Amino acid sequence: AHQKLWKVQRDSESETEAKVDGETASDSESRAEAAPLSASTDDTPEVLNRALSNLSSRWKNWWVRGILTLAMIAFFFIIIYLGPMVLMIIVMCVQIKCFHEIITIGYNVYHSYDLPWFRTLSWYFLLCVNYFFYGETVTDYFFTLVQREEPLRILSKYHRFISFTLYLIGFCMFVLSLVKKHYRLQFYMFGWTHVTLLIVVTQSHLVIHNLFEGMIWFIVPISCVICNDIMAYMFGFFFGRTPLIKLSPKKTWEGFIGGFFATVVFGLLLSYVMSGYRCFVCPVEYNNDTNSFTVDCEPSDLFRLQEYNIPEVIQSVIGLTTVWMYPFQIHSIALSTFASLIGPFGGFFASGFKRAFKIKDFANTIPGHGGIMDRFDCQYLMATFVNVYIASFIRGPNPSKLIQQFLTLRPDQQLHIFNTLRSHLADKGMLTVATEDE
Amino acid sequence: MLELRHRGGCPGPGAAGAPPPREGEAAGGDHETESTSDKETDIDDRYGDLDSRPDSDIPEIPPSSDRTPEILKKALSGLSSRWKNWWIRGILTLTMISLFFLIIYMGSFMLMLLVLGIQVKCFHEIITIGYRVYRSYDLPWFRTLSWYFLLCVNYFFYGETVADYFATFVQREEQLQFLIRYHRFISFALYLAGFCMFVLSLVKKHYRLQFYMFAWTHVTLLITVTQSHLVIQNLFEGMIWFLVPISSVICNDITAYLFGFFFGRTPLIKLSPKKTWEGFIGGFFSTVVFGFVAAYMLSKYQYFVCPVEYRSDVNSFVTECEPSELFQLQSYSLPPFLKAVLRRETVSLYPFQIHSIALSTFASLIGPFGGFFASGFKRAFKIKDFANTIPGHGGIMDRFDCQYLMATFVHVYITSFIRGPNPSKVLQQLLVLQPEQQLNIYKTLKTHLIEKGILQPTLKV
Repeated sequence: AHQKLWKVQRDSESETEAKVDGETASDSESRAEAAPLSASTDDTPEVLNRALSNLSSRWKNWWVRGILTLAMIAFFFIIIYLGPMVLMIIVMCVQIKCFHEIITIGYNVYHSYDLPWFRTLSWYFLLCVNYFFYGETVTDYFFTLVQREEPLRILSKYHRFISFTLYLIGFCMFVLSLVKKHYRLQFYMFGWTHVTLLIVVTQSHLVIHNLFEGMIWFIVPISCVICNDIMAYMFGFFFGRTPLIKLSPKKTWEGFIGGFFATVVFGLLLSYVMSGYRCFVCPVEYNNDTNSFTVDCEPSDLFRLQEYNIPEVIQSVIGLTTVWMYPFQIHSIALSTFASLIGPFGGFFASGFKRAFKIKDFANTIPGHGGIMDRFDCQYLMATFVNVYIASFIRGPNPSKLIQQFLTLRPDQQLHIFNTLRSHLADKGMLTVATEDE
Repeated sequence: MLELRHRGGCPGPGAAGAPPPREGEAAGGDHETESTSDKETDIDDRYGDLDSRPDSDIPEIPPSSDRTPEILKKALSGLSSRWKNWWIRGILTLTMISLFFLIIYMGSFMLMLLVLGIQVKCFHEIITIGYRVYRSYDLPWFRTLSWYFLLCVNYFFYGETVADYFATFVQREEQLQFLIRYHRFISFALYLAGFCMFVLSLVKKHYRLQFYMFAWTHVTLLITVTQSHLVIQNLFEGMIWFLVPISSVICNDITAYLFGFFFGRTPLIKLSPKKTWEGFIGGFFSTVVFGFVAAYMLSKYQYFVCPVEYRSDVNSFVTECEPSELFQLQSYSLPPFLKAVLRRETVSLYPFQIHSIALSTFASLIGPFGGFFASGFKRAFKIKDFANTIPGHGGIMDRFDCQYLMATFVHVYITSFIRGPNPSKVLQQLLVLQPEQQLNIYKTLKTHLIEKGILQPTLKV
């Protein structure tokens, strides 16, 4: 048995991934055998272990994964209930944990135990980049709060300069820490840290931007990715036959396509349910008086029921001529499509990464699932897509931010912009004598 | 280390400049220390699975084709190899500086093209090194994908810049309007296509290599492309913001080298044994003085101090404006001890000269760290120069490694201390808003302007 385990470990083509999706029935056997490999420390709580001790190892694994999945989903719901502030904190924690996992892998891969400063510098860079991004976000959304407090005002005015200085300090420390025999290692680690920062930190901030747009822009994409994971796994489990890609031999075309359709339907339903509630569709705002986040507004056109004519093809099938939908549901189709078709590429990327560095999971944080990164690898592309989607199709620039920028310009520039805006509005016929006389 | 000896065409024991010997060279040029330090037994190679190959497996950089023009070689054939090298470097330095002046004369558009050209060449050099280091000769798609990513990122950045500065030009053309409005989405889609191609191109036996190359490409993009765009943004702010920093860095290079050559004794950093403290400090002071003088001379001309604007009627770039307060002579009262020395009460300076002190200080104190970084990089990958484009100097990257930090610093400095947001960008964003939002903003602005007295309340449409 020991040799068999070793063979499984060596054969990097076979089941090194612990991901759920699109598994064919025949593969789950060897997966169960490969499972003990990952558990250098088995985090499965004792309770579960005892409860499931009677079942065969294959079903035991199934149950562990299932229970953990439900636990994570329940946790997700609780956090949503607790509000945007808690969500932001959770996003930040997930980000830090992902960063930690990837850096640890790099550290292990390079046996960099005796490199001076590496860990300190990596965490320092994480701090710098986070400071920069959070500073930009905070300034935008907490504008009035920042203007009130003197130290905050100065910090926000010279924010870029301060962030750059902090980064420079780290850069100079890195250069000074170069040790003669370890140059290449240190440069690798420097590159590794920066790419990790690029992937992890920028995208977690895009997630928070999406969140501020309205919690529905945070919840629907994430749920679509999770749903796609689960559905593709189910379809693959029951119907899977044709392999999808050499990189992940357990994924199948049946799982992929079935997951796609199921996710689109799920997205439509979920957005219908959520669009009805203000707490999900309103932008998150910071109320200065109450010193907390509020989600209270007049829902935009996107979240008001409208009548759509059904094309004749479907009319005969459903028997209705029109249907009442939220426009957001149309957008949710785009989001679910991306989640199903392109999201998996993030998963393939992570699979390739794990094979490249001969690791089975990113870490062992979640029993049966691996590390946090394992769960979130598909999410990252999604976050960027949603952010780009919102910026391109939904809303324009932030009006209050524009006013704020306008007020810092020189008077002649202000006048020039004002005149251009006036002629533009006059062209559109929006300016009336009454408006001008106000 | 073998490669050092194989380097053809560079006369003398590494006299042609092992990793940047431009500045602070110890008197007499202690080249031997340079090559001995490279003979380290590279323990790096024993770490990790990938680097378990012995040293000899690292591809030898092929003997550099000596690009020194024949004519120079003949003219200098009489001198000893050390002085010959000195002359080659000197002549090439002067050539590069005159080329620089020529391009400045030709205008901002040529400068932009120059920056773009340099960026592409730097990218090419670094990618070629990565390619060679990993002997990725048979990796499918690697080169195509790297150039594709370069194109995507450039498209994204140029689109953002072009939209800002060419707002009037863009408003006219319908197709451009469409491209601008959905610019982020299009750029992201292009990038995604590249990302998916990368994932699909993963070959079973080369996963780790391919991931390394992917990361290598991205870090290179981060370094070269973002910073070249910061350079262009600085340029648009006014050519003086482009010229003074770059000249300060070049001046620091040259003066630190000269000071080190004549007075150098104490080594500065183990990474670059030829740099000395005397060179460093001497270079610092001369650069500050140089920056001060250069700022004074350039501040007089509208051509240099005015923001570059694109005029749609003339269809070209113009630099014409009322110089801002930064570039108008002001009287400063001297502190007492300087009064005694100079025997004057006040001195007329451009405020910009005060800023130039900050810029030169950065160029002398922090700029060299960019050089050390590049040195470490070259030692790490056992290369002598990034490439052989410029005879006697190495590749383009060798010349520009100190510039990169400078460009970012100048950009951050400008946005923090000099100017606020870009007016044309604000205007462009205003025009994209919904009409109701525009109307609200219009009313707010109007109230504000009237309060400040910039707008007369009686003005009718």
